[in-house]
Amino acid sequence: MGLTLTWLSVIILIPLAGLFLKTFDLSLEQFWGIVTSRRTLNALRISFGLSFAAACVNLVMGTIIVWALVRYRFPGRRLFDAIVDVPFALPTAVAGVALTQLFATKGWLGAPLAELGIKVAFTPIGIFIAMVFIGIPFVVRTVQPVLIDLDPEIEEAAASLGANRWHTVFRVILPSLIPALLTGFALAFARAIGEYGSVIFIAGNLPNVSEIAPLLIVIRLSEFRYADATAIAVVMLVASFLIIFLINRLQRWAQARIPVH
Amino acid sequence: MSMQTGYASSTSELQSYAPAATDAGVAAPAPRREIARSRPVTAPRDARTEPGPVRFIIIALAIAFLSIFVVLPLVVVFASAFSKGISAYIAALAEPEALAAIRLTLLIAAISVTLNLVFGVIAAWAISKFDFTGKTFLITLIDLPFSVSPVISGLVFVLLFGAQGYFGPWLQAHNVHILFAVPGIALATIFVTFPFVARALIPLMQEQGTQEEEAAISLGASGLQTFFRVTLPNIKWGLLYGVLLCNARAMGEFGAVSVVSGHIRGETNTMPLLVEILYNEYQFVASFAIASLLAMLALITLIVKTILERRLDEGQLPNGD
Amino acid sequence: MAIEVKNIVKKFGSFAALDNVDLKVADGELLALLGPSGSGKTTLLRIIAGLDWPDSGEVSIDGENALARGASERQVGFVFQHYALFRHMTVFENVAFGLRVQPRAVRKDEATIRARVKELLDLVQLDWLANRYPSQLSGGQRQRIALARALAIEPRILLLDEPFGALDAKVRKELRQWLRSLHNEIHVTSIFVTHDQEEALEVANRVVVMDKGRIEQIGTPGDVYDNPATAFVHGFIGESIVLPVDVSGGSVRLDGRLLNIAPDAPLSGAAKLFVRRHDMAIGPAGSGALEGAVRHVRSFGPIQRAEVALSGGEGRTVIEIDAPRDRELQAGEIVSLQPRRYRIFAGS
Repeated sequence: MGLTLTWLSVIILIPLAGLFLKTFDLSLEQFWGIVTSRRTLNALRISFGLSFAAACVNLVMGTIIVWALVRYRFPGRRLFDAIVDVPFALPTAVAGVALTQLFATKGWLGAPLAELGIKVAFTPIGIFIAMVFIGIPFVVRTVQPVLIDLDPEIEEAAASLGANRWHTVFRVILPSLIPALLTGFALAFARAIGEYGSVIFIAGNLPNVSEIAPLLIVIRLSEFRYADATAIAVVMLVASFLIIFLINRLQRWAQARIPVH
Repeated sequence: MSMQTGYASSTSELQSYAPAATDAGVAAPAPRREIARSRPVTAPRDARTEPGPVRFIIIALAIAFLSIFVVLPLVVVFASAFSKGISAYIAALAEPEALAAIRLTLLIAAISVTLNLVFGVIAAWAISKFDFTGKTFLITLIDLPFSVSPVISGLVFVLLFGAQGYFGPWLQAHNVHILFAVPGIALATIFVTFPFVARALIPLMQEQGTQEEEAAISLGASGLQTFFRVTLPNIKWGLLYGVLLCNARAMGEFGAVSVVSGHIRGETNTMPLLVEILYNEYQFVASFAIASLLAMLALITLIVKTILERRLDEGQLPNGD
Repeated sequence: MAIEVKNIVKKFGSFAALDNVDLKVADGELLALLGPSGSGKTTLLRIIAGLDWPDSGEVSIDGENALARGASERQVGFVFQHYALFRHMTVFENVAFGLRVQPRAVRKDEATIRARVKELLDLVQLDWLANRYPSQLSGGQRQRIALARALAIEPRILLLDEPFGALDAKVRKELRQWLRSLHNEIHVTSIFVTHDQEEALEVANRVVVMDKGRIEQIGTPGDVYDNPATAFVHGFIGESIVLPVDVSGGSVRLDGRLLNIAPDAPLSGAAKLFVRRHDMAIGPAGSGALEGAVRHVRSFGPIQRAEVALSGGEGRTVIEIDAPRDRELQAGEIVSLQPRRYRIFAGS
């Protein structure tokens, strides 16, 4: 027991405490100056904005995928079910180079898109694509068990009360999935904000345009501007703690709303 | 035959509903029931599914999305790796640099999986079988690495052990190399992969409770005997599951390792780091050759994971009634 | 082996699960710990087994201090409420477990272990299930395997926590008789916990009635049923009619009306009159202590069952009384009820 706590402290707590301590080396003005500098603000905006957009896409597409996997039978269903986890399991660097290759102007998807005048690789769209890729499993895997466990009787009850399918889905089923959907959304959002490996290859990494916050941390570190790196990291950490807090709140809310029988 | 009985029962239900509906003054549902009755030959549609075209569109969207975003990138990896033929592929993997990266990756995975296995089991055991103050805090602590950007995970070790870090000067004075060396990479990897084993075990151990352990102890088993003969066999699939995911992440970790490694060629480059370097040097075949090994690891992990998940579902048959 | 428990106190936070409990169990007894849930009976059992530790007090088994030893050294057979069979082991291996984990110096050889397990499976009449896994057994079979497993270590005492709690009514009855006869056969000192009075009264030699962490009464089944020591025991065991009465100077009043019964103990003030249904004699109005109106009569066989609404006691007490058919009762008739046996306990 004591051993566990010690180990956890050594491996997790001390490093994180070190991070926060480091920020105290800075005065408040210095900290504020770093965080509100144009390049930092832009990096944070790109990270948070695109992550949010990607999480929205994941929410919609994730719901559709879950629905297809749980409710329908089609050839290859089990295969596609397993494939959902690929973004989890594939090392991020591999995903990064693969997506870049795929969406580069000479790539399999990049070439036809370039003809339409859409440039994906080395633009913010590329970042967005990579974030969508890594976020897929979160919504699917959070919602899937809830949809499977959903009591079939509530749908039958709705139908017997005269609701058509549209009403049943939007008034009965989706509302009971909302906590899981929001949790999945938050998880995908949090993951996209912190993502590094699968994004930096396709991003182009142009300051103020396609430079994400984690990359800016790495750049500051390589310039030995530790304080700058730390300040950005703290902002991101606080944001992800807020998201975790929200997720916990969501889950408690969901449990209170739907009591476990 | 079954169709007929189905129809018969549904009409009798309709008949018994009808007066109630009119009594209540509900007029609207009546025509719909008429329609249902006027088509007795087709089985009434399942109340729990959508019309055919809707179903088709949903399935098509799901397959298209997964194919574009997940299957194609995987295919690209292997296609690019073999684009110059199989001999170029093998040659790329036989490069000393590639071999060094593979060796380092295996070493790092071995270290971090072993340590996280031991401490993950202890942490899960402590959390699920005992009540103590600070338990919630401990759980949050375990989850933390999942929610922190890998870059930040690397950064914290730079802040601790780097030249300007808290322990940096002392380490330099004593000529101990942590950062830009194997220990740093191992530490960062342990940090990012810590949650896997504990997370896989906690729900399993919580669900199983302490009764079997108590039974073993009352039958005269010692603490270690109880652990190895009762606890461990009960959690073995969950443990394997955690180790599997821990290993996959340990071998594939990029962000955290990238920050602490220093990218010393042939020395501190793991496989994912080498993928990056080769790609940036436009050595696409070599880069994708390494990437294909990692992709293979991911695929094998997924296959084993699927098998294990089935095992776990079976193992979770309740022991009681 | 005799068991002695002295001044046991066990608190969970501010909740006193056991509040100064004393108990002596004689060698070879089959004792029931009976009480509602939360009465502390399972906690007491777990403390005797060494699965829980008291905050203070003593436990001795066969005259030696049991608290100096952990659960694994006490040689106590414990049968868990939900059996706690090892799900990854066959029935055979479950029963063999206690023999296989013995220190090498005393461990039997494989052939002896096999013979012993076979013998135990024969004893519980389930030798044909040796190679099954727990998940393939019925509830009653799991229960008997759990018992065989506990017996394998040749326990000095046998403790059973709600042994029939998770079984359906029919299997429960069968297993009760079986446990009784098994105890007669092996005669190991046994304590079982139950919240089912019928089970306790039918199986045990002696019954310990517990409530709120205290022992209310210890006695033979006949004792606790016929001579309940406290109001709680009277109310908990058997069906009782409870009426609020006033006692003063040796007379008992219900709603101000004098009843021709005497208090069985010196007490005065507000009290409760406890009577069992079958201890009441029904007679014509004015002949007994209590009065009531017949609301409904059903006759079958040699008896008639009358539903009588008692006057007094807030007028809401309705009791069903069996009376012989020699005088047919009529609905609406006023009758009197005379308690043949009753108890009055202080308190309101």
